Amino acid sequence: MPAVTETIETVQSVTESTYKWGFETDIEMEFAPKGLNEDIVRFISAKKNEPEWLLEWRLRAFSAWKAMVEPRWAAVKYPPIDYQDAHYYAAPKTKVGPKSLDEVDPELLKTYAKLGIPLREQEILAGVEGAGSVPAEGRMPVAVDAVFDSVSVATSYKERLGKEGIIFCSISEAVQEHPELVRKYLGTVVPQGDNFFAALNSAVFTDGSFVYIPKGVRCPMELSTYFRINAKSTGQFERTLIIADAGSHVSYLEGCTAPMRDENQLHAAVVELVAMDDATIKYSTVQNWYPGDAEGKGGIYNFVTKRGACRGARSKISWTQVETGSAITWKYPSCILQGEDSVGEFYSVAITNNYQQADTGTKMFHIGPRTKSTIVSKGISAGHGQNTYRGLVRIGAKAKGARNFTQCDSLLIGDLCGAHTVPYIENRCVSAKVEHEATTSRIAEDQLFYCRQRGLTQEEAVGLIVNGFCREVLKELPMEFAVEAQKLLQISLEGSVG
Amino acid sequence: MLRIEGLTAEIDGKEILKGIDLEVPTGEVHAIMGPNGSGKSTLSYVLSGREGYEVTGGSATLDGVDILAMEPEERAAAGLFLAFQYPVELPGVGNVTFLRTALNAIRKGRGESELDAMQFLKLARERMKALSMPEDMLKRGVNVGFSGGEKKRNEILQMALLQPSMAILDETDSGLDIDALKIVSDGVNAMRGPNFSALVITHYQRLLDYIVPDRVHVLMQGRIVKSGGPELAQELEAQGYGAVQNAA
Ligand SMILES: Nc1ncnc2c1ncn2[C@@H]1O[C@H](COP(=O)(O)OP(=O)(O)OP(=O)(O)O)[C@@H](O)[C@H]1O
Ligand SMILES: [Mg+2]
Repeated sequence: MPAVTETIETVQSVTESTYKWGFETDIEMEFAPKGLNEDIVRFISAKKNEPEWLLEWRLRAFSAWKAMVEPRWAAVKYPPIDYQDAHYYAAPKTKVGPKSLDEVDPELLKTYAKLGIPLREQEILAGVEGAGSVPAEGRMPVAVDAVFDSVSVATSYKERLGKEGIIFCSISEAVQEHPELVRKYLGTVVPQGDNFFAALNSAVFTDGSFVYIPKGVRCPMELSTYFRINAKSTGQFERTLIIADAGSHVSYLEGCTAPMRDENQLHAAVVELVAMDDATIKYSTVQNWYPGDAEGKGGIYNFVTKRGACRGARSKISWTQVETGSAITWKYPSCILQGEDSVGEFYSVAITNNYQQADTGTKMFHIGPRTKSTIVSKGISAGHGQNTYRGLVRIGAKAKGARNFTQCDSLLIGDLCGAHTVPYIENRCVSAKVEHEATTSRIAEDQLFYCRQRGLTQEEAVGLIVNGFCREVLKELPMEFAVEAQKLLQISLEGSVG
Repeated sequence: MLRIEGLTAEIDGKEILKGIDLEVPTGEVHAIMGPNGSGKSTLSYVLSGREGYEVTGGSATLDGVDILAMEPEERAAAGLFLAFQYPVELPGVGNVTFLRTALNAIRKGRGESELDAMQFLKLARERMKALSMPEDMLKRGVNVGFSGGEKKRNEILQMALLQPSMAILDETDSGLDIDALKIVSDGVNAMRGPNFSALVITHYQRLLDYIVPDRVHVLMQGRIVKSGGPELAQELEAQGYGAVQNAA
């Protein structure tokens, strides 16, 4: 069979068998009744034993949400979502927020072991299934917060981090233990009524991670949260809040997977980052939600609002995302560059295969003088996949000497897929400089043949070329995860190679 | 031994190879010369299995095994190597990653153990030194921004690492300066031995002063029209292809 045709067919034949994370954990669960109304919001808040102010905050979000309509401007197509036909709370029946791993349900421990996520402290992240040629020795430990459906089931290294004054826990726990911090920052970057999905999240968010890095502290290890959707007919609404105080530094990573199901499940998260003077937050995502089957049935709707505020001078927020999963991805990790000389970065790889759709990009708001932003987006479309980069660079009148550089590259595999680039630039400052570059290319037949002549299989060749295409983004990932991400790229594009 | 019998092949329905008969016994180096467009590169692509080159008749075997039925990577594993006339750029793919992936793929195919990063680097450095290639070429993207001569040397480096039993060198001498020509020729000569054969495609007799062939074949309009010893290359240099054509 001719090589290119074969590649296309290989890529198109990606089926459930390649999604190795699609199993379901059989565990006793507690659900809120299906549907969404004020009582459900109260139910969630009561479950979490929340203070009155937070319940009111949720209710305000809920009434804002009721008055809003779902955004339809993204280049994605899906049937109407029935918001009443889902459970907004689903948690394993064991007691909420276990204190030690010994109290965690063994079924859950098994689940995370199967996913390759280390919850025990001395263990280190070995990566998903034989990520392996990199030796395990010498790798840094990674602190993990594991969120299972609506609740956090375990957080590791809390004590060790606590010695440095670092708070790393679930947001539910933070509400109980550090209410002053949560109240001070929650919703200050993404307000409750920011957009339809953010409002929904604000009303019904159930768990997520909370991080506070005190002044001048450099977080000694990678922090990570692993999100797992398990239960049927549920949505996951997680909320993450990271605050880096003056002069601090943190690198945080999130990963996510879900079982394979015919139904579409909604994941509507909100992530807020705050960086004070001279602080740096590096936020990496390896998004591997179930993408649906080869016919486009099932898969997660990943409708996410992520935004970081560079409040302090010389602060820096860097988003790196590798988006391989989800039926639909709708997310625009953004930076509000308030502090003078603050820096925002967005590095993205998005793969759409089969019938996956991604409308993703970033918004960079340059407010302070000499603020700087870099955007590097790599979109890969295969099968019938549709991939849109949507970006906004807005430079305010006071952002003297601001600079932006944007590069959007698209790679097409086969001729049934599509790539689109929608860059918006609004510049109100004459001394600012904005640069935009865009390319669209295909994997060339001669590149494939060259690799195969050297002994690589079709799949290895595609994987190598795609990884080369994404290199500028992958090198931004923490080393511990780069190998895993590379494998994932290859798997997302492969058939089940025997 | 490479044995080609009555090989015909077409591209986009146009017949390019019109019945090639050729034998390269194990341990020998043969040269193919011929005018532009006569089908030399086509022959190399047909033998290595490139998409779009359709075999319409005849056979080709390597050590008795039919290679035409194999995937390109299986042919590579069987010992066939093609040094490309126009080496391909792979942006973002580090040369070192590519070379190691290729070597390990071939080793796996041969049932040998894979080399780890350290073992590989040691081997690569050794081979590069022999080819007077600067080490920083390992770090750069495959052929990206390489000069014409550097690309050709990179092909020979790959050959030296992969240790094929049958190499086709398609105009590897084109674009090389005099020193590079000598280095590349030394690289090829170093591989010569009882288990290595090569088919060297060239336009210039000069290369054959360095890599002295056992046989020289003239390919014209999709057929081998004349074969002879090394002196045939000299004749061609002196008289051009017209004389051969008239005699044929
Ligand atoms: N895709 C194609 N469609 C039609 N004809 C083609 C195609 N590719 C190659 N050819 C033709 O096949 C013939 C042989 O080409 P080939 O590249 O094998 O020549 P060559 O002997 O290697 O020449 P050179 O010495 O210039 O490298 C040429 O006439 C060329 O135009
Ligand atoms: Mg040629």
